[in-house]
Amino acid sequence: MITLRQVSKVYPMGAENVHALRQIDLEISRGEYVAIMGPSGSGKSTLMNLLGCLDTPTSGVFELNGVNVGELDDNQLADIRNREIGFVFQTFNLLPRSNSLHNVELPLIYAGVPAIERRQIALDTLAGVGLADRASHRPNELSGGQRQRVAVARALVNRPSILLADEPTGNLDSKTGQEIMALFDELWRQGNTLIVVTHEESIARHARRILRLLDGRIASDESLDPAGPP
Amino acid sequence: MRLAQDLTEGLRVSWGALRANRLRSGLTMLGVIIGVITVTLMGAAIVGLNRAFLSSISSLGTDVLYVQKFPWFERLDWSQVRNRRDLTLRDARSIARLSTLARAVAPQAITLRPVAYGSRSATGVQICGGGADTALVGGLSITSGRFLSPYEIDGARPVCVIGAALAEKFFPRESPLGHRLRIAGQQYEIVGVLDRIGEFLGIVNFDNRVIVPVTRYFTDIERWPNIDILVKVADMSQMDETIEELRGIVRRLRRIPPGQPDDFAINRQELFLKSFRKLSAMIATAGFCITGLSLFVGGIGIMNVMFVSVAERTREIGIRKAVGARRRTILTQFLIEAALISLAGGAVAIGLALPIVLVMRQWFPASISPPVAALALGISALTGILSGLLPAWRAGSQNTVDALRHE
Ligand SMILES: Nc1ncnc2c1ncn2[C@@H]1O[C@H](COP(=O)(O)OP(=O)(O)O)[C@@H](O)[C@H]1O
Ligand SMILES: [Mg+2]
Repeated sequence: MITLRQVSKVYPMGAENVHALRQIDLEISRGEYVAIMGPSGSGKSTLMNLLGCLDTPTSGVFELNGVNVGELDDNQLADIRNREIGFVFQTFNLLPRSNSLHNVELPLIYAGVPAIERRQIALDTLAGVGLADRASHRPNELSGGQRQRVAVARALVNRPSILLADEPTGNLDSKTGQEIMALFDELWRQGNTLIVVTHEESIARHARRILRLLDGRIASDESLDPAGPP
Repeated sequence: MRLAQDLTEGLRVSWGALRANRLRSGLTMLGVIIGVITVTLMGAAIVGLNRAFLSSISSLGTDVLYVQKFPWFERLDWSQVRNRRDLTLRDARSIARLSTLARAVAPQAITLRPVAYGSRSATGVQICGGGADTALVGGLSITSGRFLSPYEIDGARPVCVIGAALAEKFFPRESPLGHRLRIAGQQYEIVGVLDRIGEFLGIVNFDNRVIVPVTRYFTDIERWPNIDILVKVADMSQMDETIEELRGIVRRLRRIPPGQPDDFAINRQELFLKSFRKLSAMIATAGFCITGLSLFVGGIGIMNVMFVSVAERTREIGIRKAVGARRRTILTQFLIEAALISLAGGAVAIGLALPIVLVMRQWFPASISPPVAALALGISALTGILSGLLPAWRAGSQNTVDALRHE
């Protein structure tokens, strides 16, 4: 469902150009559980932003479900993000003044779902991440783990074809991090496609495939034992 | 409908943002409030002025022609002015006799004089010399008694008809009929009292007057025998023909040879009305330009605050775009916020302008009509939207990744 051919991303920085990604070739199929690893600055986030249609490649072709994303305009990209992508960030990125329910509803609002239906779907999704009783809490009234769950619920609420998570446990202690990863494992077992960026081996072990980036290139692409831990 | 969703979500977000920054929103509104108040007061004054003028003018009647020495709206050079002959009572009688298209003809001469009754006196009373048809021509009606009779006019009798204000002043408890007023040293018996007419722009009070036989007027009150001749047109659709007939009659009376210009003027209310409209449009334009300036300053204030608001919420914008908000959605959201500040300011301004207008009314015929209020609200919404446009555009066009990274 995801195909990258010779994808590069260059950030112009004054006189110099920063090559964040260099000629990446990559295929990811429906139902895969992929971890992306690599040292800081190796291009993990840049790759995730491309996959999440938050940004477009400088050169090369990125096809998502057969659509060449590079040819889409601003509105079409927004619609793809809304329908096809669920994004979980390291810093949660919840709206601080809105409660959990409204944060989860947000993608549905932009999808044009009517209010009553929207509310029900959002509540169900919140219940799915174990936060049925936190619907009216604002982010600052929740723990880090709970905030990330709200963010996961928001990512899931539109039933996207891919769930992307950029260091989702980066701001959590290891116990809470493992809880979030358990949630991801569960989501994968339910049939979702997951791509998780991390620099922790123990987190990456949850996935079935590990990509390692180095200096904007894919250094290795390894499939794990399908029986897999844990 | 996506637009509906954009609007409701935009409203909800804007409302939250405004409430979260109450002081800032309030101060921004202040600029709009001042702007809208000035615009509203301006509009109220102009509407009031127009209304007062029109009601005054209609009480004078649009079907009356004024044969006078000078035109109302043309400028004449001195040689023309100097050579003009007076219009006399004889002219008035001749016109009445010769005109076929006039319904009634009345002579009129006016001056201000003090009037006394017993020990009481009033100054600045309008003394009007009139004829038997003055009531008909001027659309005057009588509350009690009767109007001047043809016999009293011809005989130059010392009788008078008085206005409602004067009647109230001198005779608060009794009927004025049969009593005698003293004008310019002569006694005039009151034979009638006029219905209340009202004021003209708060300057002239038509009820503060006395009508005496014009024949008497020229022996007792004024020596210079120049009058205006008021002609009531029988058929409004024959206005032009009536004017032509009048011109012909007066030229004949004065023996003006063909080819020579008139040395008199035939004036009509309608021209008065026209030039008043021009004047009031000029006042309105100038007024709105000046008051528009204060609104502009208010708009700049909104723009400023919206830029701050957009900068503060860069990350929020990033989040919204990441989950599928289009550029237009973000744009709408910030436009609504700007419009909301401005509209709220406009509503407050109208609320404040209302009592001010009520106070103004003591000196000036101002009035806030629904159209003026609607205009003020419309203008404030427009101000908000126009000043929000640039900041909102900037918000909508932000790069999503950069916005998300913003601290
Ligand atoms: N918006 C940007 N402008 C300029 N350089 C950037 C930008 N985003 C990332 N980079 C650069 O691209 C490289 C890859 O960054 P990133 O993808 O964030 O790495 P990682 O997530 O693996 O730490 C880094 O050198 C970084 O400085
Ligand atoms: Mg990163």
